[in-house]
Amino acid sequence: MNGRARFAFTVLAFGYAFLYLPIVLVIVYSFNESRLVTVWAGFSTKWWQALFANEAMLDAAWLSLRIALVSATAAAAIGLAAGYALARAPSSFGRTLFGSLIIAPMVMPEVVMGISMLLLFVGSEQIFGGPDRGFLTIALAHTTFSIAFVAIVVQARLADFDRSLEEAAMDLGATPWVTFRTITLPLIAPAVGSGWLLAFTLSLDDLILTQFVAGAQSQTLPMRVYSSVRLGVDPQINVLATIIVCVAACALILSGWLTRRKV
Amino acid sequence: MHAGPIVDSIVRIEGLTKRFGAITAVDGVDLEIRRGELFALLGGSGCGKTTLLRMLAGFEVPDGGRIVIDGQDMTGVPPHLRPVNMMFQSYALFPHMDVAANVGYGLRREGVRAPEIAARVAEALEQVKLADHAARRPAQLSGGQRQRVALARALVKRPKLLLLDEPLAALDRKLREGTRFELVRLQEQLGLTFVMVTHDQQESMSMATRLAVMNTGRVVQVGTPHEIYERPASRFVADFIGIANILEADGGWLALRPERITLAAGRPDTANTVAGKILDIAYEGDRSLYRIVTEGKGTMVVSTANVDRMQPASFARDQDVWLGWSADAGHRLSE
Amino acid sequence: MRYAIALPFLWLVVFFLLPFALVLAIALGTNAPDVAPPVELGFSFKNFALLFSDDLYLAAWLSSLRIAATSTLIALLLGYPMAYAIARARPERRPLLLMLVVLPFWTSFLIRIYAWMGLLAKNGLIDQFLRWSGLADNPGSILGTEWAVHLGIVYAYLPFMVLPLYATLEKLDSSLLEAAADLGARPLTAFLTVTLPLSLPGIVAGCLLVFIPSIGEFVIPDLLGGTGTLMIGKVLWDEFFTNADWPLASAVAICLLVLLVAPIALFQRQQARSLERRT
Repeated sequence: MNGRARFAFTVLAFGYAFLYLPIVLVIVYSFNESRLVTVWAGFSTKWWQALFANEAMLDAAWLSLRIALVSATAAAAIGLAAGYALARAPSSFGRTLFGSLIIAPMVMPEVVMGISMLLLFVGSEQIFGGPDRGFLTIALAHTTFSIAFVAIVVQARLADFDRSLEEAAMDLGATPWVTFRTITLPLIAPAVGSGWLLAFTLSLDDLILTQFVAGAQSQTLPMRVYSSVRLGVDPQINVLATIIVCVAACALILSGWLTRRKV
Repeated sequence: MHAGPIVDSIVRIEGLTKRFGAITAVDGVDLEIRRGELFALLGGSGCGKTTLLRMLAGFEVPDGGRIVIDGQDMTGVPPHLRPVNMMFQSYALFPHMDVAANVGYGLRREGVRAPEIAARVAEALEQVKLADHAARRPAQLSGGQRQRVALARALVKRPKLLLLDEPLAALDRKLREGTRFELVRLQEQLGLTFVMVTHDQQESMSMATRLAVMNTGRVVQVGTPHEIYERPASRFVADFIGIANILEADGGWLALRPERITLAAGRPDTANTVAGKILDIAYEGDRSLYRIVTEGKGTMVVSTANVDRMQPASFARDQDVWLGWSADAGHRLSE
Repeated sequence: MRYAIALPFLWLVVFFLLPFALVLAIALGTNAPDVAPPVELGFSFKNFALLFSDDLYLAAWLSSLRIAATSTLIALLLGYPMAYAIARARPERRPLLLMLVVLPFWTSFLIRIYAWMGLLAKNGLIDQFLRWSGLADNPGSILGTEWAVHLGIVYAYLPFMVLPLYATLEKLDSSLLEAAADLGARPLTAFLTVTLPLSLPGIVAGCLLVFIPSIGEFVIPDLLGGTGTLMIGKVLWDEFFTNADWPLASAVAICLLVLLVAPIALFQRQQARSLERRT
């Protein structure tokens, strides 16, 4: 290898090692006989068994899963609309403003969004008597910040879209709505699917925002994990981590497969 | 060239204008297209021909003027409500449908029933000789085949007007000649009105019943290919179509085609003569083009048919020659 | 089209903009611990005054800015070469390389920070490694130091730095570098005078995507930092959950927002410009 290639290889190797070392370690130690993550004491699946017997964890996982399904779907629908508007609306100050509004939740610190949404729900409790803080409020919060991610994916896909296909459809008698339904949507569906997957993983993982808007009864998986790790390293968390890494990897590969395009 | 149709306008364009920001793409165009003809819009890039076509299809809304199709004012009407269909330059075949579904798309939008759709699609594919490709996807077809699918898809709706956007541009040379012939044959056979846009003047001349030459958003001349070639309206048209020698004459100009000039070693006894020296010869197989520096008339181009197989050219470079042409060989131009 | 704009717009007005107005209203109110919710609405700036006069808060602001800025710089120094290397890799390898960068992002943020807890603890692997390699005698726990926080932020936000950088670098026309070489520029000079300036939009986007969220970071300083690590996100959290002082926490949120308006606006302008270029 020449000098430049060697440099590139070294940099990438270091970078990937940095990114993956902790993850690999956690996976390895999920099979560790001992509680410690500093010493390897032999192979064991006891922590795996412990986790799957841990009712509280399983309940939390189930709650997180349901919230993720709902919020990802809502975010996909709203994000699709937003991405379409961003890609197709004629360039104007209004569109720039709209774009800023869509993207803002993505860069906003979660503590700020957390406190603001909580105040919204408290205010709504005062005025309308509801909704109770729990599943619904968490799902609403997750949907709100996920819209931006889906919108960006959809907008990027539409930027590459061959508009003469839509013109051809209209030329053949399809109204703008039918054109969208029969031509545009089927062809951008993989991108929307990819956005859905991203929103799903983000929702599963969210802590801060959830902590603010959740009620006393609802504990999502990240909330459980957080209260557990504050007390120190817990081998069951290692097991959980391994599972999450595998799920994330599958989701990412699926997303990549969806958005591959034969030229 | 075809037999002329009964003069009956199917499209009337009156004072049509379209602006994009500071640029006026189409500037007050008046045009009349007759039923059953193959009408060509010819011009270089930026002349407004494509914009004009897109306004006919409904993809651009005019800023001024109106479009009347078969007696009805269609000026603001969206594309899906017009009795007009377009064959796109890129063909725009739907990649997620097979050929039959592509061709049937427009019929499904009309609400035609499935059995009738199947029958008409089969008929259309038969017409373009793609009957056994019905189940293929666009990605599996060649360029020429894709064009035929695009054509079938537009024709199956029996539109009053078929628009073609640079139909031969994406095809290679050999395919182009065959397709040229096919399109004309199809148009005559079906008795439809075609409007096509092209920058290739040979194409337009050989295919069109009538054509309009456009420049900077305006129509500079409308007529049959023969009229435009022999009686150009301006120096621009004379120069754009074929080759023309533009000579100054009595306060105006004279457009003189290269094939109307005879080349001789000695002074010919035609009405007009001029002496010169051959600068360059371009041998094109069927003809040779001579570039000659003349005494007093600038550089002129003369073409001679190569009838003698043995000799590549009758004259040689740097040879002194005489040019001659008759009194009515050229066409008077005032602009 | 109208509906396409209306739906997201309405949603975000209700769930994003409206809440900010409420935060402002609460920030101007007073703490009322006996009521539920513990707020007495009013019009008072004393919460804001406290934030700007109290040493503790000022220290928290400054250290947040400092930590966020330093972390962003480290992320840039690590992320730029990575993005560059991927952009110059063989085209068929790039999707895989990118996916490997993005995968950690799809993996739970919390889990990844937790993973570092194990690594950085006393007798953790890093500790063992430093002692074994002789780089340090008795480093003890890195956990609980500010360095751990920097590490955590860089680790968590590295993909956000690499992706925009990659996007910009990938579009770079390699013939520009060839032209520079042809005109006599050495590789380093060509990089500094051609590549770097042209990748500036990517650098700006990447830095903002790391800097803005990390100022308000909470989990990383909480889990990896010590009691000495002051970050404003933690302050907000503590005021809200530990002290139950909603107006003060709201005031912190407003100040954080104001602080971030300029960087966020810069980011939006950048995004808008790349939007224009694409459509």
